[in-house]
Amino acid sequence: MTESVSSTEALRFAAVSIKRGERTVLADLSFVVQTGELVAVLGPSGAGKSSLLAAATGVLECAAGTIQVLGQTLPLPRAQLFALRRRIGFLLQGSGLLSDLNVAENVALPLEMHTELDAAGIKALVAKKLAAVGLGEAAELSPQQLSGGMARRVALARALALDPPLLLYDEPFTGLDPITKGVIVKLINDLCRRLGLTSIVVSHDVAECLAIADRVLVIANGGLVFSGTADELRASSDPLLRQFLEGAPDGPISFEYRHKGAHSHA
Amino acid sequence: MRELLVRLGALGLFGLRILSSLSPQRGSGSDLLRQIYSVGARSVPIVAVGGAFVGLVMSLQGYRTLTTFGASNALGTLLGLSLFRELGPVLAALLFCGRACSSMAAELGLMRTTDQITALEMMAIDPVRKAVVPRFLAGLIAMPILTAVFCAFAIFGGSVQAVWVLGLDPGHYWAALQGSVSLIDDYGQAFVKSAVFGAVLSLIATHAGYHAEPTIEGTSRATTGAVVQGSLMVLFLDFLLSALFY
Repeated sequence: MTESVSSTEALRFAAVSIKRGERTVLADLSFVVQTGELVAVLGPSGAGKSSLLAAATGVLECAAGTIQVLGQTLPLPRAQLFALRRRIGFLLQGSGLLSDLNVAENVALPLEMHTELDAAGIKALVAKKLAAVGLGEAAELSPQQLSGGMARRVALARALALDPPLLLYDEPFTGLDPITKGVIVKLINDLCRRLGLTSIVVSHDVAECLAIADRVLVIANGGLVFSGTADELRASSDPLLRQFLEGAPDGPISFEYRHKGAHSHA
Repeated sequence: MRELLVRLGALGLFGLRILSSLSPQRGSGSDLLRQIYSVGARSVPIVAVGGAFVGLVMSLQGYRTLTTFGASNALGTLLGLSLFRELGPVLAALLFCGRACSSMAAELGLMRTTDQITALEMMAIDPVRKAVVPRFLAGLIAMPILTAVFCAFAIFGGSVQAVWVLGLDPGHYWAALQGSVSLIDDYGQAFVKSAVFGAVLSLIATHAGYHAEPTIEGTSRATTGAVVQGSLMVLFLDFLLSALFY
């Protein structure tokens, strides 16, 4: 089912509710990401950030509302969903590199599966993608020989292989040292600015995200609690946002796990 | 009982999903070769050694029993028939289950735990076609070959024991073996049984690994489950197939 939406919109969530089992993770979520924007989705652990990405890629079906991705309304039949996913680059939190393939073979995989390029063409493209993430000489290494940051960059090269117009990053900074974090931050920013890729970065690393994001969404307590620029977020006096930005243990964001139902939000 | 039926139903549906994903795609040849090496070639040592020892023991025990009746020359017959009709396919399948099915289930479970399956789905690559089908086909192809290896080493081990240790006339041993084992009835039966065992074991192992809970404990449970269920299924199917053949 394809619906015409504004060509400037890459992603639209309209009154979306997402459930995992009986538990409502996110309720009444509405936002739009414009083409070419770099949007950071912030929130504490367990707020539903990864569920949001799962819904945007058709892994999770929303319980209510409408999700439109690159002009197509989810859910889609499997063949159409896979066609849509070819236009989405996804950097998983755990990298997800295939352990029985080396670095070059991992990056080549989507090209082999979805293009008619011959071996020489694929090799040249893989070299280009690896050079773009600064790993031109790591082609023959196996995933087991890579550091966490290198694995993340290889996964990024693989996500970029098909030149997707939309890139989704799930916790790209988790578990990285400050220098590697800086490298990944620069890469995300460069890819968005130079190639015009629409980028959505889901993270709880506030400083890294605020440094590069055009717009910031904050989700907490089961819903969207802020949408605006990084400066507007920094200037906000909302106690919930202050608690998140300052990392205070006490405040409106509940530390206690609640078993059922959506939580009220500000 | 209901739970058993649900599990068998899920296994059947997964089998249908594998069958519907059999059409080749780019790179499927190299994936299959890699898996045949992993589950087949790397199982040869344990199957060969296992076969040789089974042959040695059967020869020793059979010789003692047959000598009581003055029929020691029938040792080749005893060895040949029991190996090809029952022991070869069953024991090779049990060794394959412990060596290769555990590895298939663990690999797929680990792929689930480390987001490799999710990554394939996100790249619009069918994980069943890419990761499960090569393992399933490798098990199906490798099992009959491994059974042949098992039987060959068992017969060799049996002949070493019978001729060199027990002093049986080699002519009698080999003539009895040659005269009693039929290519179609006995070797053919071993081939059919082992192909069925290969398909069922690979199905059980890939199903367990692919649906493993994405945790270390989940992978461990899937691996154990694949070996236990696979071993029991081999014994059950052996009875069923033997009843059908005779």
